[in-house]
Amino acid sequence: MSGINDFIDNEVKTNDVVLFMKGTPQFPQCGFSGQVVQILDYLGVNYHGVNVLESDDLRQGIKEYSNWPTIPQLYVKGEFVGGCDIIREMFQASELQGHLEEQGVAVRGAA
Amino acid sequence: MSVQSEIERKLTEALRPERLAVINESHLHAHHKPEFDGAGETHFRVRVVSECFVDMPRIKRHRTVNELLDEELKAGVHALAVEPAAPGEPVRW
Repeated sequence: MSGINDFIDNEVKTNDVVLFMKGTPQFPQCGFSGQVVQILDYLGVNYHGVNVLESDDLRQGIKEYSNWPTIPQLYVKGEFVGGCDIIREMFQASELQGHLEEQGVAVRGAA
Repeated sequence: MSVQSEIERKLTEALRPERLAVINESHLHAHHKPEFDGAGETHFRVRVVSECFVDMPRIKRHRTVNELLDEELKAGVHALAVEPAAPGEPVRW
């Protein structure tokens, strides 16, 4: 279990934007993961996708790492931002763009 | 008792909601996997308006609901969409 925790920690800390998801950004295998992919793609954010379906340890480990029970999970600069509902709410309120910019992440079409 | 009514009971007791809708959306996810028919209680949407959410940051609202339903999430509910709002905030329902 500590191995998976180290793996997750490393992914979160060495990538500016990480999405733990079911499937891949090119081929999401869950509608909730797919919604977050669409939002990030729309914003032109460069992000790293991690497919939790590749390992049961990873799928369980990420839930414990964040104390968050569902997938997808988005991390920006090492911090958990939210799951599908929160990302969508933030995007619709134009808060996600601001949050990314504050963290120094490039967003396309930023005013 | 069904999972749905258990979710309703727990949220009602803890949040004293002004409005609450617990919707079983399992059927919308049928055939994600060959063996999954969507007939059970696996996917839920919770819509809730409560005074508890006043001045509470977004992520904390979601965590509050997640924690109340921890048992259900560990026992077979694998998707939980949450739409929390404080009274007076715009909702889509």
